[in-house]
Amino acid sequence: MKTHQRNECDSCSHSRSPHLTRLGINSDRFEFTVALAGNPNTGKSTVFNRLTGLRQHTGNWPGKTVTRAEGGFIYRDKRYKLIDLPGTYSLLSNTADEEIARNFILFGQPDVTVIVVDAMRLERNLNLVLQILEITEKSVLCLNLVDEASRHRITVNETKLAADLGVPVVPATARKGVGMAELLKAIHDVVHGLYPCRPHRIRIESETVRSAVEMLVEKLRAAYPGLPNTRWIALRLLEGDVSVIEAVRNNELASLGHDPMVEKGIDAVRAVAK
Amino acid sequence: MKKGEDENSESIGESILELASSLRWKVGPDYHDQLMESIYRDAARMADRAVTAVDEKPRVDWDRLLDRAITSRIFGFPIMTIALAIVLWITISGANVPSALLSRLLLDKLHPLLRNAGAAVGLPVWLNGLTFDGMYLAMAWVVSVMLPPMAIFFPLFTLMEDFGFLPRVAFNLDPIFKKVGAHGKQALSMSMGFGCNAAGVISARIIDSPREKLIAIITNNFALCNGRWPTQILIATLFIGALVPPALAGLISSMAVVGIALLGVVLTFVTSWFLSRTILKGEASTFSLELPPYRPPQILRTLYTSLIDRTVFVLWRAVVFAIPAGAVIWLLANISASGLTIAEHLIRQLNPFGLLIGLNGVILLAYIIAIPANEIVIPTILMLTVMSKTIAGFGEGAGVMFEFEQLSSYRTVFSAGGWTLLTAINLMLFSLVHNPCSTTLYTIYKETRSVKWTLVSALLPVVMGILICFFIARLYFLLIG
Repeated sequence: MKTHQRNECDSCSHSRSPHLTRLGINSDRFEFTVALAGNPNTGKSTVFNRLTGLRQHTGNWPGKTVTRAEGGFIYRDKRYKLIDLPGTYSLLSNTADEEIARNFILFGQPDVTVIVVDAMRLERNLNLVLQILEITEKSVLCLNLVDEASRHRITVNETKLAADLGVPVVPATARKGVGMAELLKAIHDVVHGLYPCRPHRIRIESETVRSAVEMLVEKLRAAYPGLPNTRWIALRLLEGDVSVIEAVRNNELASLGHDPMVEKGIDAVRAVAK
Repeated sequence: MKKGEDENSESIGESILELASSLRWKVGPDYHDQLMESIYRDAARMADRAVTAVDEKPRVDWDRLLDRAITSRIFGFPIMTIALAIVLWITISGANVPSALLSRLLLDKLHPLLRNAGAAVGLPVWLNGLTFDGMYLAMAWVVSVMLPPMAIFFPLFTLMEDFGFLPRVAFNLDPIFKKVGAHGKQALSMSMGFGCNAAGVISARIIDSPREKLIAIITNNFALCNGRWPTQILIATLFIGALVPPALAGLISSMAVVGIALLGVVLTFVTSWFLSRTILKGEASTFSLELPPYRPPQILRTLYTSLIDRTVFVLWRAVVFAIPAGAVIWLLANISASGLTIAEHLIRQLNPFGLLIGLNGVILLAYIIAIPANEIVIPTILMLTVMSKTIAGFGEGAGVMFEFEQLSSYRTVFSAGGWTLLTAINLMLFSLVHNPCSTTLYTIYKETRSVKWTLVSALLPVVMGILICFFIARLYFLLIG
C-alpha cells in the first residue's frame, strides 16, 4: 500500500490517481505521445490540467484554448507527453483549428488520442469522434461532464458505446477529478496493446463514393503497405486536402507507415500552423 | 539505386494523385455532404443506442429561465449594463482600502526610508533623486494603484466567464458587432479591456479572422481600463459633482463616469464600423456561438489562475514600463535650460494648442510622459501644475509625484492651474480617447507583429481624441463663453 501515501498530492481528495506523477510543462524524454481532442467546451483543458498538474486557463467558453499546450506526466514509470489540441466540431473543413488538429493526429501519429466528449451532447460529439477514429486506431473516449448530464437526467451506457465504437470509454467529471485514474489506466492499456482497439468505421451509403474510396485504398495499400489509415488518406484525397496531397507527392506517407517519426510530424504540423 | 527508388516512389505518388483527381470528378461536388451525412447517420444511431434521457421536465428549468432573461430583447442590455456597473463598483470600492494601504507602505513609509538610505550611503543628490524620486516612485505608484483593482477585477471577470455569463454578453452584442463589420467575440475582448487593455488585446486571439482580430485590437483602447478609472472618478467628483447639490453629487458624478464608459462602448462600435468600411474592408464572418450551460464557478481555481495568468503578468509589464517613465519625469523636471526646467519649456510650447482643444499644456505633457501607464497621469499633472505655478505649500519638490489625501487640496491646485469645467470634461474625454499606454502598444506589436498596425492603434485614438476635445471646446465657448 505504498502508493496512497506517497506525497500530499496523492492523499488529497482531488487526486485519486495512484501511479501518477505530474510533470507540468516538462515533457522531455517522453516515451509516448498522447493527443487530447474533442469538441469545444467539453473540458479538454481541464483534463489536460488534471493530468499534467498545470493550470492552463480554462473557461466556460468554447474556443478557450488558443495556443497548443504541451505537458507531461509519468504513469506507471512511463513518461508521457500530452498535447492539448484546439477544440473543433469536425475535422473536415479548412479552418486553421481543424487543420492543426487533423494534421497532428495524422502526421504527428500520437500513440493514443484521448477524445473528450460532453455526455450531455453525445450525438453531436460523436460526429467528431467518428472522424478521429477514421484517422487513428488507438483512441480512448473520455465521457466527460457526466455529473452535469445526470443533473439533466441523461445517462450514457458506456459499455454499449464502447462496444459500438471499438475503443475504451471512460466516464468522468474532470472538474472534480473523477475518472482520471480510470482514464490513465485506459491510456496505459491502449498504448501497451492490452486493449486492442477495433474502431468503428463510417459506413458510406453512396455507391459511387464507396467504390471511389475502395479504388484509392487499393492503390494506396499497394504503394504503402503498412500504412495504418489508408481509408482516411483516400477520403482526404477525394476532398482535395492540400497537406495530404503534398505528403503523397513528397513521399512522406511511406515514412508514416514504417517508423513513426513523431517529431517530424510535429514539425510538419507546426509549419502548417504557421 | 537510391535515386532510382526515389524516382519510382515519386511516380507512384503522382499516379495516386492522378487517380484521386479523376475520381474527384466522378464523386461530384456533393461528396463532402454525402460523407457528412454518413457520419451523422452513424453518430445518431450510436447515440440513440447508448443514451437514455428521462424526458421528465424539471419543475423549474433555471438554465432556460436565466437564458430568457439575459438574452431577452428588453432586459438583455440593462442586465449587462447593471452587471458591468456592479463589477466596476466592487472593483473601485474594494480596491480603495488595499490601494491606500499599499500607497502608505510604498510611498509614505518606504520612499523616505529609501531616500535617506541613499543619502546615507553617499549617493550624489541627482542620482538619489533620479533613482528614488523618479524611478522608484513611478513604480510604486503603478503597483499601489494598479494591483488591487486588477486583483479584484480579473477574478470577478473570470468567475463571470466560468459561470457562463460572458458568452451571453457576446450573444447579445453579436448583432451590433456584425452590423459594424466586426466579430461577435469582440464583445469578450472588449469586456476584458475594462480590466486592462493589454489583457484585452491578448484575448482578441480568440478571433480567427485576421481582419476582425485587428479591428478588435485597435478598438480595445475604447474600453476604459482600470488605470483610467481613478482619473475619471476624481475629476467627475471634483467638477461634475460640484455642479449639483451635495446630496446628488455622488450619484451624478458616478453617472458621469459610467456615461464615459458607455461612450467608450459606442466609440468601439463607431470605430469598428469606420475601420471595416475603410482600411480593414470586409464582411463580418459568421460564427456559430454555442451557449454553454451555466456552471457553478470554481472559485479557488479561478482566483489562482486569474491572479497568475493575468494580474501578475500585466502588472509586471506595467512596472517594467513605469520605471523608465519615472526617470524621464524626474529628469524633465530637474534639468534646467535658460532659467526654466525642460518640463516648463515644454508646457509653454504645448499650452496654446492645449488651450485650443480645451485642455492645457500641463495635461498634454503629462499624457506624453505618462504614456507607460495611465495610472501616473494624475500624479504627474499635479506635480507639473504645482511646479509650473509654484504654488507655495503644496507638493514635494520638482519631479516628485504625489497625491492628496483631501479633495479640497486638489481643487486648490487645479484652480490655481486655471482649470475650468471645460478642462475637466475634456480631460475625462481625452482620458477615454487617447493613445493606449505603452504596455498595451507593446502587446499590440507582439500580437500583430506589425509596426504599421501598432502605429494605427496609437495614432487613430489620439487624433480622434483631439478632434472630440476641439469640438467640445468650440461648443463650450459658444454656449457658455
